[in-house]
Amino acid sequence: MIKVTNLSKNFDDLSVLKEISFEVNKGEIIVIIGPSGTGKSTLLRCLNYLETPTSGQIEIGDITVDAKKYSHKQITKLRQHSSFVFQNYSLFANKTAIDNVAESLITVWNVARKEALASAKKVLIKVGLEDKLDFYPSQLSGGQQQRVGIARAMATHGEVILFDEPTSALDPEWVEEVLAVMKQLAIEKQTMIVVTHEMQFAKEVADRVIFMEGGYIVEQGTPKQIFENPQNARTQEFVKRALKR
Amino acid sequence: MQSSFDLQYIIQLMPILFKYLGVTMEMALWGFLFALILSLSLALIRVFKITILHHFAALFISFFRGTPLLVQLFLLYYGLPQFMPIFIGMDAFTASIIGLSLHFSAYMAESIRAAILGIDKSQMEASLSIGMTRLQAMKRIILPQAARVATPSLMNYFIDMIKSTSLAFTLGVAEIMAKAQMEASSSFKFFESFLAVALVYWGVVLIFTRLQHVLENRLNKAY
Repeated sequence: MIKVTNLSKNFDDLSVLKEISFEVNKGEIIVIIGPSGTGKSTLLRCLNYLETPTSGQIEIGDITVDAKKYSHKQITKLRQHSSFVFQNYSLFANKTAIDNVAESLITVWNVARKEALASAKKVLIKVGLEDKLDFYPSQLSGGQQQRVGIARAMATHGEVILFDEPTSALDPEWVEEVLAVMKQLAIEKQTMIVVTHEMQFAKEVADRVIFMEGGYIVEQGTPKQIFENPQNARTQEFVKRALKR
Repeated sequence: MQSSFDLQYIIQLMPILFKYLGVTMEMALWGFLFALILSLSLALIRVFKITILHHFAALFISFFRGTPLLVQLFLLYYGLPQFMPIFIGMDAFTASIIGLSLHFSAYMAESIRAAILGIDKSQMEASLSIGMTRLQAMKRIILPQAARVATPSLMNYFIDMIKSTSLAFTLGVAEIMAKAQMEASSSFKFFESFLAVALVYWGVVLIFTRLQHVLENRLNKAY
Protein backbone atom coordinates (compact mmCIF):
# COMPACT_ATOMS: atom_id res chain seq x y z
CA MET A 1 0.00 0.00 0.00
CA ILE A 2 2.93 2.29 0.70
CA LYS A 3 6.00 1.99 -1.45
CA VAL A 4 9.08 4.13 -1.07
CA THR A 5 11.68 3.81 -3.82
CA ASN A 6 15.23 5.18 -3.76
CA LEU A 7 14.31 8.12 -1.57
CA SER A 8 17.19 10.56 -1.02
CA LYS A 9 17.36 13.88 0.76
CA ASN A 10 20.27 16.31 0.80
CA PHE A 11 20.51 19.47 2.86
CA ASP A 12 23.04 21.44 0.83
CA ASP A 13 26.10 19.19 0.93
CA LEU A 14 24.82 16.98 3.69
CA SER A 15 23.19 13.78 2.55
CA VAL A 16 20.60 12.80 5.18
CA LEU A 17 18.73 10.02 3.39
CA LYS A 18 20.53 7.73 0.98
CA GLU A 19 18.42 5.82 -1.54
CA ILE A 20 15.94 4.50 1.01
CA SER A 21 13.47 1.87 -0.22
CA PHE A 22 10.83 -0.01 1.73
CA GLU A 23 7.21 -1.10 1.57
CA VAL A 24 4.42 -1.07 4.10
CA ASN A 25 1.32 -3.25 3.88
CA LYS A 26 -2.16 -2.24 4.91
CA GLY A 27 -2.65 -2.63 8.66
CA GLU A 28 1.04 -2.98 9.34
CA ILE A 29 2.65 -1.17 12.27
CA ILE A 30 6.17 -0.06 11.49
CA VAL A 31 8.46 1.34 14.16
CA ILE A 32 11.59 3.15 13.05
CA ILE A 33 14.42 3.24 15.60
CA GLY A 34 17.98 4.46 15.49
CA PRO A 35 20.39 7.00 16.98
CA SER A 36 19.48 10.70 16.91
CA GLY A 37 20.33 12.57 13.72
CA THR A 38 20.21 9.59 11.42
CA GLY A 39 17.37 10.79 9.25
CA LYS A 40 14.39 9.06 10.89
CA SER A 41 12.34 12.23 11.27
CA THR A 42 13.47 13.51 7.88
CA LEU A 43 12.26 10.27 6.30
CA LEU A 44 8.86 10.65 7.94
CA ARG A 45 8.62 14.32 6.95
CA CYS A 46 9.55 13.43 3.37
CA LEU A 47 6.72 10.89 3.27
CA ASN A 48 4.35 13.81 3.83
CA TYR A 49 6.37 16.26 1.72
CA LEU A 50 6.78 18.57 4.70
CA GLU A 51 10.36 18.13 3.57
CA THR A 52 10.87 17.87 -0.18
CA PRO A 53 13.01 14.84 -1.07
CA THR A 54 15.91 15.36 -3.46
CA SER A 55 15.04 12.27 -5.46
CA GLY A 56 12.98 9.10 -5.34
CA GLN A 57 9.35 8.06 -5.45
CA ILE A 58 6.67 7.79 -2.80
CA GLU A 59 3.52 5.81 -3.44
CA ILE A 60 0.61 5.88 -1.01
CA GLY A 61 -2.62 4.23 -2.11
CA ASP A 62 -3.36 5.30 -5.67
CA ILE A 63 -1.02 8.29 -5.78
CA THR A 64 2.65 8.26 -6.73
CA VAL A 65 4.86 11.31 -6.38
CA ASP A 66 8.28 11.58 -7.97
CA ALA A 67 10.62 14.12 -6.35
CA LYS A 68 12.05 15.08 -9.74
CA LYS A 69 8.73 16.01 -11.28
CA TYR A 70 5.72 16.71 -9.11
CA SER A 71 2.85 19.18 -8.98
CA HIS A 72 1.36 20.93 -5.98
CA LYS A 73 -1.86 19.12 -6.67
CA GLN A 74 -0.13 15.74 -6.35
CA ILE A 75 1.40 16.73 -3.04
CA THR A 76 -1.89 17.90 -1.60
CA LYS A 77 -3.37 14.59 -2.76
CA LEU A 78 -0.51 12.64 -1.17
CA ARG A 79 -1.02 14.46 2.11
CA GLN A 80 -4.70 13.66 2.04
CA HIS A 81 -3.78 9.99 1.99
CA SER A 82 -1.80 10.24 5.20
CA SER A 83 -1.75 12.22 8.39
CA PHE A 84 0.94 13.33 10.76
CA VAL A 85 1.41 13.45 14.52
CA PHE A 86 4.04 15.98 15.53
CA GLN A 87 6.56 15.79 18.34
CA ASN A 88 5.45 19.20 19.65
CA TYR A 89 1.72 18.48 18.98
CA SER A 90 1.35 21.52 16.67
CA LEU A 91 -2.33 21.92 17.42
CA PHE A 92 -4.11 24.88 15.85
CA ALA A 93 -3.75 27.45 18.63
CA ASN A 94 -6.84 29.40 17.60
CA LYS A 95 -9.15 26.39 17.63
CA THR A 96 -10.70 24.29 20.38
CA ALA A 97 -9.97 20.57 20.66
CA ILE A 98 -13.09 19.61 18.74
CA ASP A 99 -12.44 22.22 16.02
CA ASN A 100 -8.85 21.00 15.68
CA VAL A 101 -10.16 17.53 14.93
CA ALA A 102 -13.03 18.68 12.69
CA GLU A 103 -10.90 21.09 10.65
CA SER A 104 -9.74 18.64 7.97
CA LEU A 105 -13.25 17.28 7.51
CA ILE A 106 -14.69 20.76 7.00
CA THR A 107 -11.92 22.32 4.92
CA VAL A 108 -10.49 19.40 2.98
CA TRP A 109 -13.36 16.93 2.72
CA ASN A 110 -16.25 19.43 2.58
CA VAL A 111 -18.22 17.72 5.31
CA ALA A 112 -21.02 19.88 6.71
CA ARG A 113 -19.95 21.53 9.95
CA LYS A 114 -22.54 19.78 12.09
CA GLU A 115 -21.60 16.32 10.87
CA ALA A 116 -17.90 17.12 11.10
CA LEU A 117 -18.31 18.13 14.73
CA ALA A 118 -20.23 14.94 15.44
CA SER A 119 -17.44 12.77 13.97
CA ALA A 120 -14.79 14.85 15.72
CA LYS A 121 -16.57 14.29 19.01
CA LYS A 122 -16.61 10.53 18.44
CA VAL A 123 -12.88 10.49 17.82
CA LEU A 124 -12.17 12.62 20.89
CA ILE A 125 -14.28 10.29 23.03
CA LYS A 126 -12.16 7.45 21.71
CA VAL A 127 -8.97 9.09 22.93
CA GLY A 128 -10.59 9.81 26.28
CA LEU A 129 -11.12 13.53 25.96
CA GLU A 130 -14.91 13.80 25.98
CA ASP A 131 -14.69 16.38 28.80
CA LYS A 132 -12.22 18.62 26.94
CA LEU A 133 -14.06 19.22 23.66
CA ASP A 134 -14.24 23.00 23.98
CA PHE A 135 -10.82 23.56 25.50
CA TYR A 136 -8.15 25.48 23.62
CA PRO A 137 -4.72 23.82 23.30
CA SER A 138 -3.24 26.28 25.80
CA GLN A 139 -5.67 24.96 28.41
CA LEU A 140 -4.62 21.30 27.99
CA SER A 141 -1.71 19.30 29.41
CA GLY A 142 0.97 17.95 27.09
CA GLY A 143 -0.52 14.47 27.13
CA GLN A 144 -4.00 15.79 26.39
CA GLN A 145 -2.67 17.96 23.57
CA GLN A 146 -0.92 15.02 21.99
CA ARG A 147 -4.07 12.93 22.24
CA VAL A 148 -5.92 15.72 20.40
CA GLY A 149 -3.05 15.60 17.87
CA ILE A 150 -3.64 11.88 17.37
CA ALA A 151 -7.41 12.43 17.16
CA ARG A 152 -6.84 15.06 14.49
CA ALA A 153 -4.74 12.59 12.52
CA MET A 154 -7.35 9.85 12.96
CA ALA A 155 -10.22 12.04 11.79
CA THR A 156 -8.76 12.54 8.31
CA HIS A 157 -9.25 8.84 7.56
CA GLY A 158 -5.92 8.81 5.79
CA GLU A 159 -4.54 5.41 4.95
CA VAL A 160 -1.55 5.79 7.20
CA ILE A 161 -0.71 7.83 10.28
CA LEU A 162 2.88 9.03 10.58
CA PHE A 163 4.10 9.55 14.17
CA ASP A 164 7.19 11.71 14.61
CA GLU A 165 8.50 10.98 18.12
CA PRO A 166 5.06 11.56 19.61
CA THR A 167 6.17 11.16 23.23
CA SER A 168 9.59 12.83 23.17
CA ALA A 169 8.36 16.26 24.23
CA LEU A 170 6.13 14.91 26.99
CA ASP A 171 6.73 14.90 30.73
CA PRO A 172 7.17 11.26 31.81
CA GLU A 173 3.79 11.26 33.55
CA TRP A 174 1.96 11.85 30.26
CA VAL A 175 3.81 9.29 28.12
CA GLU A 176 1.69 6.28 29.09
CA GLU A 177 -1.68 7.82 28.18
CA VAL A 178 -0.40 8.68 24.71
CA LEU A 179 1.13 5.25 24.15
CA ALA A 180 -2.13 3.68 25.30
CA VAL A 181 -4.02 5.51 22.54
CA MET A 182 -1.45 4.34 20.00
CA LYS A 183 -1.71 0.76 21.21
CA GLN A 184 -5.46 0.92 20.80
CA LEU A 185 -4.96 2.08 17.21
CA ALA A 186 -2.58 -0.82 16.63
CA ILE A 187 -5.18 -3.27 17.85
CA GLU A 188 -7.61 -1.79 15.33
CA LYS A 189 -5.03 -2.44 12.59
CA GLN A 190 -4.55 1.21 11.71
CA THR A 191 -1.52 1.41 9.44
CA MET A 192 1.16 3.39 11.25
CA ILE A 193 4.75 4.40 10.83
CA VAL A 194 6.18 5.45 14.16
CA VAL A 195 9.54 7.07 14.82
CA THR A 196 10.24 6.66 18.52
CA HIS A 197 12.77 6.04 21.25
CA GLU A 198 10.23 4.00 23.22
CA MET A 199 11.80 0.55 22.82
CA GLN A 200 9.19 -1.13 24.97
CA PHE A 201 6.48 0.16 22.63
CA ALA A 202 8.42 -1.07 19.60
CA LYS A 203 8.79 -4.51 21.16
CA GLU A 204 5.15 -4.84 22.13
CA VAL A 205 3.34 -3.24 19.25
CA ALA A 206 5.44 -3.26 16.06
CA ASP A 207 4.86 -5.76 13.29
CA ARG A 208 8.18 -4.72 11.88
CA VAL A 209 11.06 -2.71 13.27
CA ILE A 210 13.33 -0.71 10.98
CA PHE A 211 16.75 0.24 12.30
CA MET A 212 18.21 3.32 10.62
CA GLU A 213 21.64 4.80 10.89
CA GLY A 214 23.56 7.36 8.82
CA GLY A 215 20.75 7.79 6.31
CA TYR A 216 20.45 4.06 5.53
CA ILE A 217 18.09 1.32 6.58
CA VAL A 218 20.64 -0.93 8.27
CA GLU A 219 18.35 -3.75 9.22
CA GLN A 220 14.68 -4.58 9.50
CA GLY A 221 12.64 -7.41 10.88
CA THR A 222 10.17 -8.48 13.53
CA PRO A 223 10.74 -7.04 17.00
CA LYS A 224 11.97 -10.48 18.06
CA GLN A 225 14.61 -10.53 15.31
CA ILE A 226 15.77 -6.97 15.88
CA PHE A 227 15.81 -6.97 19.67
CA GLU A 228 16.83 -10.56 20.41
CA ASN A 229 18.88 -11.61 17.44
CA PRO A 230 20.13 -8.63 15.44
CA GLN A 231 22.42 -9.56 12.55
CA ASN A 232 24.24 -6.32 11.91
CA ALA A 233 26.94 -5.17 14.33
CA ARG A 234 25.57 -1.60 14.39
CA THR A 235 22.13 -2.87 15.27
CA GLN A 236 23.52 -5.10 17.98
CA GLU A 237 25.34 -2.21 19.57
CA PHE A 238 22.34 0.15 19.40
CA VAL A 239 19.88 -2.40 20.72
CA LYS A 240 22.18 -3.39 23.58
CA ARG A 241 22.47 0.22 24.68
CA ALA A 242 18.82 1.10 24.07
CA LEU A 243 17.46 -1.80 26.09
CA LYS A 244 19.75 -1.07 29.01
CA ARG A 245 17.98 2.26 29.58
CA MET B 1 1.51 92.70 20.21
CA GLN B 2 0.31 90.64 23.15
CA SER B 3 -3.30 89.67 23.70
CA SER B 4 -4.91 87.86 26.62
CA PHE B 5 -5.96 84.25 26.39
CA ASP B 6 -9.63 83.97 25.37
CA LEU B 7 -11.16 80.80 26.83
CA GLN B 8 -14.64 81.94 25.87
CA TYR B 9 -13.60 81.95 22.22
CA ILE B 10 -12.40 78.34 22.42
CA ILE B 11 -15.69 77.24 23.92
CA GLN B 12 -17.61 79.02 21.16
CA LEU B 13 -15.41 77.50 18.49
CA MET B 14 -15.89 73.90 19.63
CA PRO B 15 -19.40 73.30 18.21
CA ILE B 16 -18.32 74.90 14.91
CA LEU B 17 -15.36 72.53 14.67
CA PHE B 18 -17.49 69.52 15.62
CA LYS B 19 -19.60 70.12 12.52
CA TYR B 20 -16.53 69.43 10.41
CA LEU B 21 -15.35 66.46 12.44
CA GLY B 22 -17.60 64.29 10.27
CA VAL B 23 -15.48 65.00 7.19
CA THR B 24 -12.31 64.18 9.12
CA MET B 25 -13.68 60.88 10.43
CA GLU B 26 -15.10 59.96 7.05
CA MET B 27 -11.68 60.35 5.47
CA ALA B 28 -10.04 58.37 8.27
CA LEU B 29 -12.54 55.50 8.15
CA TRP B 30 -12.60 55.14 4.36
CA GLY B 31 -8.85 55.58 4.23
CA PHE B 32 -8.34 52.89 6.86
CA LEU B 33 -10.73 50.46 5.20
CA PHE B 34 -8.95 50.75 1.83
CA ALA B 35 -5.56 50.67 3.53
CA LEU B 36 -6.54 47.46 5.32
CA ILE B 37 -7.58 45.72 2.08
CA LEU B 38 -4.52 46.93 0.20
CA SER B 39 -2.06 46.16 2.99
CA LEU B 40 -3.39 42.64 3.46
CA SER B 41 -2.99 42.01 -0.28
CA LEU B 42 0.54 43.44 -0.24
CA ALA B 43 1.47 41.38 2.81
CA LEU B 44 0.17 38.14 1.24
CA ILE B 45 1.95 38.88 -2.04
CA ARG B 46 5.19 39.27 -0.11
CA VAL B 47 4.67 36.29 2.18
CA PHE B 48 3.83 33.93 -0.70
CA LYS B 49 6.53 35.59 -2.85
CA ILE B 50 4.19 35.69 -5.84
CA THR B 51 6.29 36.08 -8.99
CA ILE B 52 6.89 39.62 -10.29
CA LEU B 53 4.10 40.98 -8.09
CA HIS B 54 6.24 40.71 -5.00
CA HIS B 55 8.93 42.91 -6.55
CA PHE B 56 6.23 45.43 -7.34
CA ALA B 57 4.91 45.21 -3.77
CA ALA B 58 8.39 45.79 -2.36
CA LEU B 59 8.86 48.84 -4.60
CA PHE B 60 5.44 50.20 -3.66
CA ILE B 61 6.14 49.81 0.05
CA SER B 62 9.58 51.35 -0.29
CA PHE B 63 8.23 54.40 -2.14
CA PHE B 64 5.30 55.12 0.14
CA ARG B 65 7.37 54.67 3.27
CA GLY B 66 10.28 56.59 1.83
CA THR B 67 8.49 59.82 0.89
CA PRO B 68 6.43 62.26 3.00
CA LEU B 69 2.67 61.96 3.01
CA LEU B 70 2.36 65.65 2.07
CA VAL B 71 4.48 65.12 -1.03
CA GLN B 72 2.41 62.09 -1.98
CA LEU B 73 -0.82 64.06 -1.62
CA PHE B 74 0.53 66.88 -3.80
CA LEU B 75 1.78 64.42 -6.42
CA LEU B 76 -1.59 62.71 -6.51
CA TYR B 77 -3.81 65.80 -6.53
CA TYR B 78 -1.79 68.51 -8.28
CA GLY B 79 0.67 66.39 -10.28
CA LEU B 80 -1.05 63.34 -11.71
CA PRO B 81 -3.91 65.12 -13.58
CA GLN B 82 -1.29 66.79 -15.80
CA PHE B 83 -0.28 63.41 -17.15
CA MET B 84 -3.34 61.28 -16.66
CA PRO B 85 -6.53 63.05 -17.68
CA ILE B 86 -8.76 60.60 -15.77
CA PHE B 87 -7.55 62.25 -12.55
CA ILE B 88 -8.68 65.73 -13.62
CA GLY B 89 -12.18 65.32 -12.25
CA MET B 90 -11.00 63.88 -8.94
CA ASP B 91 -12.08 66.01 -5.98
CA ALA B 92 -9.78 66.82 -3.08
CA PHE B 93 -11.73 64.64 -0.65
CA THR B 94 -11.31 61.54 -2.83
CA ALA B 95 -7.67 62.35 -3.49
CA SER B 96 -7.02 62.61 0.23
CA ILE B 97 -8.60 59.24 0.93
CA ILE B 98 -6.57 57.63 -1.87
CA GLY B 99 -3.36 59.29 -0.68
CA LEU B 100 -3.91 58.32 2.95
CA SER B 101 -4.75 54.72 2.11
CA LEU B 102 -1.74 54.29 -0.20
CA HIS B 103 0.59 55.81 2.37
CA PHE B 104 -0.68 53.88 5.38
CA SER B 105 -1.09 50.60 3.50
CA ALA B 106 2.69 50.54 3.01
CA TYR B 107 3.27 50.67 6.77
CA MET B 108 0.40 48.37 7.62
CA ALA B 109 1.54 45.79 5.06
CA GLU B 110 4.83 45.48 6.90
CA SER B 111 3.15 45.01 10.23
CA ILE B 112 0.75 42.41 8.87
CA ARG B 113 3.62 40.61 7.16
CA ALA B 114 5.62 40.60 10.40
CA ALA B 115 2.60 39.23 12.28
CA ILE B 116 2.16 36.42 9.73
CA LEU B 117 5.85 35.53 9.82
CA GLY B 118 5.70 35.57 13.62
CA ILE B 119 3.22 32.70 13.72
CA ASP B 120 5.10 29.47 14.44
CA LYS B 121 5.75 27.52 11.25
CA SER B 122 4.39 24.40 12.90
CA GLN B 123 0.92 25.89 12.39
CA MET B 124 1.43 25.86 8.61
CA GLU B 125 2.96 22.37 8.68
CA ALA B 126 0.06 21.00 10.70
CA SER B 127 -2.39 22.52 8.23
CA LEU B 128 -0.57 21.03 5.25
CA SER B 129 -0.28 17.66 6.98
CA ILE B 130 -4.06 17.24 7.11
CA GLY B 131 -4.31 18.02 3.39
CA MET B 132 -5.11 21.73 3.41
CA THR B 133 -3.70 24.00 0.69
CA ARG B 134 -1.45 26.89 1.69
CA LEU B 135 -4.25 29.34 0.95
CA GLN B 136 -6.72 27.46 3.15
CA ALA B 137 -4.14 27.32 5.92
CA MET B 138 -3.56 31.05 5.60
CA LYS B 139 -7.25 31.86 5.73
CA ARG B 140 -8.34 29.56 8.54
CA ILE B 141 -5.29 29.10 10.74
CA ILE B 142 -2.53 31.65 10.17
CA LEU B 143 -4.44 34.91 9.52
CA PRO B 144 -6.79 34.60 12.50
CA GLN B 145 -3.76 34.19 14.74
CA ALA B 146 -1.81 36.94 12.98
CA ALA B 147 -4.79 39.31 13.30
CA ARG B 148 -4.49 39.12 17.05
CA VAL B 149 -0.80 39.96 16.89
CA ALA B 150 -1.27 42.79 14.39
CA THR B 151 -4.28 44.49 15.99
CA PRO B 152 -2.42 46.79 18.41
CA SER B 153 -0.13 48.18 15.71
CA LEU B 154 -2.96 48.48 13.16
CA MET B 155 -4.98 50.43 15.71
CA ASN B 156 -1.99 52.72 16.19
CA TYR B 157 -1.91 53.34 12.45
CA PHE B 158 -5.61 54.14 12.49
CA ILE B 159 -5.06 56.73 15.22
CA ASP B 160 -2.14 58.13 13.29
CA MET B 161 -4.34 58.30 10.20
CA ILE B 162 -7.02 60.34 12.01
CA LYS B 163 -4.37 62.94 12.78
CA SER B 164 -2.88 62.78 9.29
CA THR B 165 -6.23 63.71 7.71
CA SER B 166 -5.34 67.27 8.79
CA LEU B 167 -3.01 67.38 5.77
CA ALA B 168 -6.05 67.18 3.51
CA PHE B 169 -6.57 70.84 4.26
CA THR B 170 -3.59 71.59 2.01
CA LEU B 171 -5.61 70.15 -0.90
CA GLY B 172 -8.57 72.32 0.05
CA VAL B 173 -10.76 69.78 1.85
CA ALA B 174 -13.05 71.53 4.31
CA GLU B 175 -12.29 69.45 7.41
CA ILE B 176 -11.65 70.59 10.98
CA MET B 177 -8.11 71.81 10.41
CA ALA B 178 -9.22 73.93 7.46
CA LYS B 179 -12.07 75.32 9.52
CA ALA B 180 -9.73 76.18 12.41
CA GLN B 181 -7.37 77.93 10.00
CA MET B 182 -10.25 79.93 8.54
CA GLU B 183 -11.54 80.98 11.96
CA ALA B 184 -8.03 81.90 13.06
CA SER B 185 -7.39 84.18 10.13
CA SER B 186 -10.68 86.01 10.51
CA SER B 187 -10.49 86.46 14.31
CA PHE B 188 -6.69 86.67 14.58
CA LYS B 189 -6.95 84.40 17.60
CA PHE B 190 -4.41 81.92 16.25
CA PHE B 191 -3.43 80.38 19.55
CA GLU B 192 -7.01 79.74 20.67
CA SER B 193 -8.11 78.40 17.27
CA PHE B 194 -5.29 75.92 16.90
CA LEU B 195 -5.51 74.94 20.56
CA ALA B 196 -9.20 74.24 20.03
CA VAL B 197 -8.54 71.99 17.03
CA ALA B 198 -5.71 70.25 18.91
CA LEU B 199 -8.13 69.50 21.76
CA VAL B 200 -10.66 68.01 19.35
CA TYR B 201 -8.04 65.70 17.81
CA TRP B 202 -6.80 64.75 21.26
CA GLY B 203 -10.31 63.93 22.44
CA VAL B 204 -11.02 61.75 19.41
CA VAL B 205 -7.70 59.94 19.81
CA LEU B 206 -8.43 59.29 23.50
CA ILE B 207 -11.74 57.69 22.59
CA PHE B 208 -10.12 55.40 20.03
CA THR B 209 -7.26 54.54 22.38
CA ARG B 210 -9.85 53.41 24.90
CA LEU B 211 -11.52 51.36 22.18
CA GLN B 212 -8.16 49.85 21.29
CA HIS B 213 -7.69 48.58 24.85
CA VAL B 214 -11.17 47.07 24.94
CA LEU B 215 -10.53 45.33 21.61
CA GLU B 216 -7.14 44.00 22.71
CA ASN B 217 -8.55 42.65 25.94
CA ARG B 218 -11.29 40.87 24.09
CA LEU B 219 -8.86 39.37 21.57
CA ASN B 220 -6.54 38.20 24.33
CA LYS B 221 -9.34 36.48 26.16
CA ALA B 222 -10.26 34.35 23.15
CA TYR B 223 -7.60 31.66 23.60
